[in-house]
Amino acid sequence: MGASEALKPAPRIAVSGLGKIFPGVTPVTALDNIQLEIGQNEFVTLVGASGCGKSTLLRIIGGLEYHSSGTLAASGRPIEGPGADRAMVFQHYSLYPWLTVRENIRFSRRLKAHRQQLTESDVERASGRADSLLELMGLSAMAQAWPSQLSGGMQQRVAIARALMSRPEVLLMDEPFGALDAQTREVMHDLILHVFKLEKPTIVFVTHDVEEAIYLGQRVVLMAPRPGRIDTIYDVPFGSDRRQDLKHSREFVELKREIVERIRQTAGMRTDTDLLARLSGGE
Amino acid sequence: MSRSRQTARPGLWAIRGPLSARHYTGFAMIGLVTPLLLWWGLVELGWLSKVFLPSPLAVWTRFLRWLTTDRLMADVGISLYRVMAGWALSALFALPLGLFIGTFRPVQALLEPLMEFVRYMPAVAFIPLVMIWVGIEESAKVAIIFIGTFFQMILMVAEDVRRVPTAQIEAAQTMGATRMEIIEQVLLPSAKPALVDTLRITLGFAWTYLVVAELVAANSGLGYAILKAQRFLQTDKIFAGIILIGLIGLLTDQLFRWLHRKAFPWAHLKH
Ligand SMILES: Nc1ncnc2c1ncn2[C@@H]1O[C@H](COP(=O)(O)OP(=O)(O)OP(=O)(O)O)[C@@H](O)[C@H]1O
Ligand SMILES: [Mg+2]
Repeated sequence: MGASEALKPAPRIAVSGLGKIFPGVTPVTALDNIQLEIGQNEFVTLVGASGCGKSTLLRIIGGLEYHSSGTLAASGRPIEGPGADRAMVFQHYSLYPWLTVRENIRFSRRLKAHRQQLTESDVERASGRADSLLELMGLSAMAQAWPSQLSGGMQQRVAIARALMSRPEVLLMDEPFGALDAQTREVMHDLILHVFKLEKPTIVFVTHDVEEAIYLGQRVVLMAPRPGRIDTIYDVPFGSDRRQDLKHSREFVELKREIVERIRQTAGMRTDTDLLARLSGGE
Repeated sequence: MSRSRQTARPGLWAIRGPLSARHYTGFAMIGLVTPLLLWWGLVELGWLSKVFLPSPLAVWTRFLRWLTTDRLMADVGISLYRVMAGWALSALFALPLGLFIGTFRPVQALLEPLMEFVRYMPAVAFIPLVMIWVGIEESAKVAIIFIGTFFQMILMVAEDVRRVPTAQIEAAQTMGATRMEIIEQVLLPSAKPALVDTLRITLGFAWTYLVVAELVAANSGLGYAILKAQRFLQTDKIFAGIILIGLIGLLTDQLFRWLHRKAFPWAHLKH
């Protein structure tokens, strides 16, 4: 091993030869020989046809699912389970409805306080970050509200703020905006890019929306199903300053068309008119 | 969710539509008073013998006599004690065990099939066994109510804990929570409203086992009074006893619901 190689920092996330088989009557190979390195402060998005293993890969990185073969490490340490260094944002139902917005965001801080036998006032003093996050997310006015009083977009902002609270090195997001309407999504996109610049986390972001994947990601990882594998990795040629009108640029539209087309090919879905005719013929 | 419903003022019969407090009280009153009126009317027609169906007035007089000269409050007191003791004892064991069944799969495999099996055994059939094992003291009556309540309760508690969304647990895991912390700070608070509901419903079960429990060598209690009245064909007293049990049940039920609203305001938000 050369000296220069030894000095190279370990990637935030290193996945090598990773496989995942769900056992069962008919075992499913959800992931096959996955090779992926994600650097520090990189924003990577995962796209691909439904069932290609995006969620499974993300959950394995998060330590919420075991892998069947291969190796996987975060900052050079093998991943053996969930940890506070890799926070996850889910699509639904992950907020704690019995806690207010502020208490939700402070949840990880409360865990810590419990362990160190701190009093409530210690927690109070340490919660300046919760307030900054509330402000960053535009939630200051809702700090004392319960999650069920918020709109879907606001709820996801709380979930993101809660995940950011303990300054995780990696933020894992599984279709976090999948249930939101188009306008709210756009707002969330710019918000998450802002957070990315400000907090400098590493983000792995799963989506089925190619436009979202390109707009947010520095690299778009396209996965293919049966067995779940990485098909192509696209470098997104846009800098860190992204605005909504970027989506209408020729380059953006072209890249989007290319990726969408490739997903369609890998999905192996038949689109021939013959089949359509038979389906609509009602036979 | 409710937004689409509010485009026009919804009628009373909208599916899952809202109902004002005034309307609610009105309908509840109709539901409660109608059977009473039917009962009264049926008696007034005079087709049926008094033993078959006593008049509401006769039941009321019997109730007053019971209260003033036949130590009604003592009967209520001892029955209340038996029901509460049997139910509380069930809760004492069912809450922790149910929590573990709903949390750890090995505990589930270990206990759940057994509990499913036992809960189909009729509590009445345990009376002779309880008499042999526990005797005929107060503890025997409490034991019968325990048997009738516990096996249902433990399964309901386990289900309440299992209903906690996985995402809530996994979110805590990725925030570095340990197993103990997840149980204390996610599973319990998340399941708490459902657990209080389970306690409320199983208290109802406990009351239904009262008469069965007081079959065991009792000489006081509401269930015992009903059984004795049966022997002497005092239909009016049977009615009085049954209605009283119903009212006490209704009262504790409402108490639990009130407690639920006070303790978990977040679970009662509309939309
Ligand atoms: N717990 C499980 N048990 C068995 N099979 C599973 C399990 N979870 C996922 N799978 C299978 O693994 C494959 C990949 O699933 P995964 O949820 O990772 O796909 P995905 O890319 O996230 O799909 P989607 O876009 O629909 O969310 C699918 O074939 C799925 O049926
Ligand atoms: Mg998925």
